[in-house]
Amino acid sequence: MLPAVDYSDVQGLVRFGFANMTEAVYLLLNVRDPQAARAWLAQAPVTTATETNPVPSTALQVAFTRQGLEALGVSDRVIAGFSAEFLSGMAGDANRSRRLGDTGANAPSAWEWGGSGRIPHMVAMLFAERGRLDGWLRSIRGAWFLEGFNEMGWLTTSDLGGREHFGFIDGISQPLIDWNRTRTVSANGNQLAYGNVACLGEFLLGYPNEYNRYTDRPLLDSSDRGAENLPNAEDQPGKRDLGKNGTYVVIRQLRQDVRAFWQYADEATRTAHETGHGVAEAMVGRRLEDGASLAPLSGASIAGVGTTGSEAKRRQDVRLNQFNYATDPDGTDCPLGAHVRRGNPRTPDLPGNPSGILSELMHMLGFGETSLHEDLAASVRFHRVLRRGREYGPGLSPGEAIQPAPPGDPERGLHFIALNANIERQFEFVQNAWMARTKFDGLTEESDPLLGNREPVRGCPFTNTFSIPRKGKVRKRLMEMPQFVTVRGGAYFFLPGIRALRYLAEAGGA
Amino acid sequence: MMPQANVLVIAPLRPEREAELRGLLASMNFVPGQVNPANALVPFGQFSQIHVARFVILDDQTTGDLQKAYGIPAPKYPLSLAFLADFDGPADAFRADLAKRAGKGLERIFSCCDGFAPGADLAGWMKEREISSATNYVNWVGRTVTQIREEDALRLTIESHLQAKSAAFAEKNPREIHATLREFLQTEIRAGRLALTPQPATPFGWWLRNAAHFIAVPLLLLVLSPLLLLYLPFFAYQLRSREKSDPEIAPRVEACYEEQLATLEDYDVTNQFTAMGSLKPGAFRRWTLIFLLWLLNWTTRHIYTRGQLARVGTIHFARWVFVNDRRRLLFASNYDGALETYMDDFINKVGWGLNLVFSNGVGYPTSRWLVLDGSKDEQKFKYFLRRHELPTNVWYKAYPGLTAFDLKRNTLIREGIEKTHLSESELRQWVALF
Ligand code: HEM
Repeated sequence: MLPAVDYSDVQGLVRFGFANMTEAVYLLLNVRDPQAARAWLAQAPVTTATETNPVPSTALQVAFTRQGLEALGVSDRVIAGFSAEFLSGMAGDANRSRRLGDTGANAPSAWEWGGSGRIPHMVAMLFAERGRLDGWLRSIRGAWFLEGFNEMGWLTTSDLGGREHFGFIDGISQPLIDWNRTRTVSANGNQLAYGNVACLGEFLLGYPNEYNRYTDRPLLDSSDRGAENLPNAEDQPGKRDLGKNGTYVVIRQLRQDVRAFWQYADEATRTAHETGHGVAEAMVGRRLEDGASLAPLSGASIAGVGTTGSEAKRRQDVRLNQFNYATDPDGTDCPLGAHVRRGNPRTPDLPGNPSGILSELMHMLGFGETSLHEDLAASVRFHRVLRRGREYGPGLSPGEAIQPAPPGDPERGLHFIALNANIERQFEFVQNAWMARTKFDGLTEESDPLLGNREPVRGCPFTNTFSIPRKGKVRKRLMEMPQFVTVRGGAYFFLPGIRALRYLAEAGGA
Repeated sequence: MMPQANVLVIAPLRPEREAELRGLLASMNFVPGQVNPANALVPFGQFSQIHVARFVILDDQTTGDLQKAYGIPAPKYPLSLAFLADFDGPADAFRADLAKRAGKGLERIFSCCDGFAPGADLAGWMKEREISSATNYVNWVGRTVTQIREEDALRLTIESHLQAKSAAFAEKNPREIHATLREFLQTEIRAGRLALTPQPATPFGWWLRNAAHFIAVPLLLLVLSPLLLLYLPFFAYQLRSREKSDPEIAPRVEACYEEQLATLEDYDVTNQFTAMGSLKPGAFRRWTLIFLLWLLNWTTRHIYTRGQLARVGTIHFARWVFVNDRRRLLFASNYDGALETYMDDFINKVGWGLNLVFSNGVGYPTSRWLVLDGSKDEQKFKYFLRRHELPTNVWYKAYPGLTAFDLKRNTLIREGIEKTHLSESELRQWVALF
């Protein structure tokens, strides 16, 4: 038996979305006085992943950028053990920005925060049940807090009842984390069926990931100052694990132009002779009303779908997530480029559902392909993210959105939040290879219909199309799609385990 | 069919002229990573036969690994310049064409190398320094640059026609769509707005050599099989005992080296990759690798010739080349997508194949039985590759914006349009290409 996870050492956000706490604000902080900051951190009432009854009505989570660790006085040697993406930062170099699609209107130079010189040291995420946020804020922002930190900005959120600003239900599909550590993967074996269960190590450092390996993170000698209170490294006896029970948090402030979205979608629905919200649904890949997939449900069950929670919850999960795209290779049910299909193409390690060693071998050697697209985006299990985003700004119904904008129309959007143990292989891969790339799954001249920056790439003067394949007919192709989502800020944070947090709070204080 | 060929010229630099050479190479780019196809030295864009080409200074930082891993003094290799090109038609014609149209520029470049005197016979000098690959991979054997350009134009023409006439096409069935488009394209071709040049005849000499190779390798294997079988247990023993003790050298690269490499990437939808490393010491690894690359080369020459290398469909051209008395291996490829995607594809789709080859290199993440583990140690493997990668000074691709999949789809569109009779299911698949 593998050692059980110590939930009391994990920040709660990894396990819970805090759905009962409909109010939230994320405070972007800079360390002003390290001494006071450390004192505050040492006693901060950070919510853990331990299940309580009743569930808490407020929560606090804290996470740090590289700059924050430096400001707290954590040694360079320790900091060097974090991943390269974290160290360099979301907007740290132009090459990364190019890969993430942060060019043109998305360029970090125009961001409100997170660009050069505007990188916060820390984020304190506060969650509260309705009506309780103000009180929670007051109690958190005590004397040490105000002395220790400068507030660079507040990311406020709004509760749209489980829908994002374009009007679609969000948070339907999430990987199911294998908290009990019963999932077995072998480094060399293929997973022949798409499943929704992810190894703990994909979302928490210090545990084996989908390759059955421990993702790199800072390990300390037990003799290092302050290290004696850190957990042991499971894979390296004698080492203390600063990463254990921690993970990385990606935050991106994404402004949504809801009016442009619905005005474009409405017009396109008319000219493309679709009905209802056809074009918008094709862009998302789910129905507006109930979130149902455009791809047909599969008869067979899918590992990790409909297996947790109440009976009603299970049934709902089956209704909304028991599908993959194997029966829709050309995208005639759900367009290949639909947002959810890009976000998770739901493919196993090998295409074609091979049965028997021989057939598996043939597929491994690249034979027996039955459709052009079936092996273009394989092995999604290495590229899952846990989405914990929340909306900001006032809501706007599709009906209101087709009206022209009044003067001073406020900004609205998504504070996109993703948790993952390997930013490069998970968030950045999804953002780069699946969302931003104009060649995803054999498509061309189009990027994600919701997120794409529509910037030209070399040799492709336009990338602002969207194809809706039709069975036995010429595809519909939407042209001149404007940019709907603009990046306004963002950063990579490290969300430490509780013991690691205490270490960080003490590390710099000599 | 006109098969592609390739060259690789490697020549040591004159140390005192390294800076000058770097300057010359840099002058061929608009900015690092983005070549000027009309640059004054080698105006790649004027060569209608070149698919991809690159200049790279082989500044291998890892030669000291032999010392670190096995205590063998690191040989001192002279710093060299490599020129690689993949093109249509035979190499002799290509070299002559190069000398004719880029002679002056190449003379300036190669004068920075040992043994080149301006005025010398350029093509001959290059040929003398050429090294052939142990394994060479071409995504689609016989698809010329001209064909690629024509088929791209074909697709764009069809797409804009479909867009302009979307109402008329909306309710047509596949057969009607095919017939209507055929008719439309014939008018376009007649009007000279579009060309679909027929395939040239396959050169007989090439065909013969290829056929002979196709038969010879399996035949030789068959003949040798009793010996190979006898040797197998010894081989297994030798292999496993080495695999158990060969040290790994795969630290994460320094941030500045990472940045130097990344600065050259992700402008086009395709990227270049050049890497170099030393073979593990001793005859066992050398002969294992020679044998494996020889086999692999048979598969790339005869099996993986239409769009895919095993499961990987994103490589345009690639090669594995022994250099320095087969003590080092040079790997060069042209792949679609970002490096992270490429490496993930590698690991998840052909991890076993990578292990076969690269596990014979010093410091590779520990493999088992030649195909297991190794690359599946994902992070170490990625560090290893990045660490062995070299900044490619100049890189040219003739068709920016087009991935290998784009080329395949365009070829399928063309093949469909040139046929009069397609079955119902073929028609449906063809219509789904747009
Ligand atoms: C304003 C920006 C965005 C909007 C409006 C948006 C909207 C949505 C909606 C409506 C869904 C369907 C609900 C569900 O399946 O859970 C969804 C799913 C998803 N989105 Fe987004 N999203 C946005 C940004 C992003 C970004 C930046 C990423 C990642 C880089 C992303 C990745 C995903 C993934 C992975 C899924 C789940 C797909 C699945 O598992 O089937 N989204 N999004």
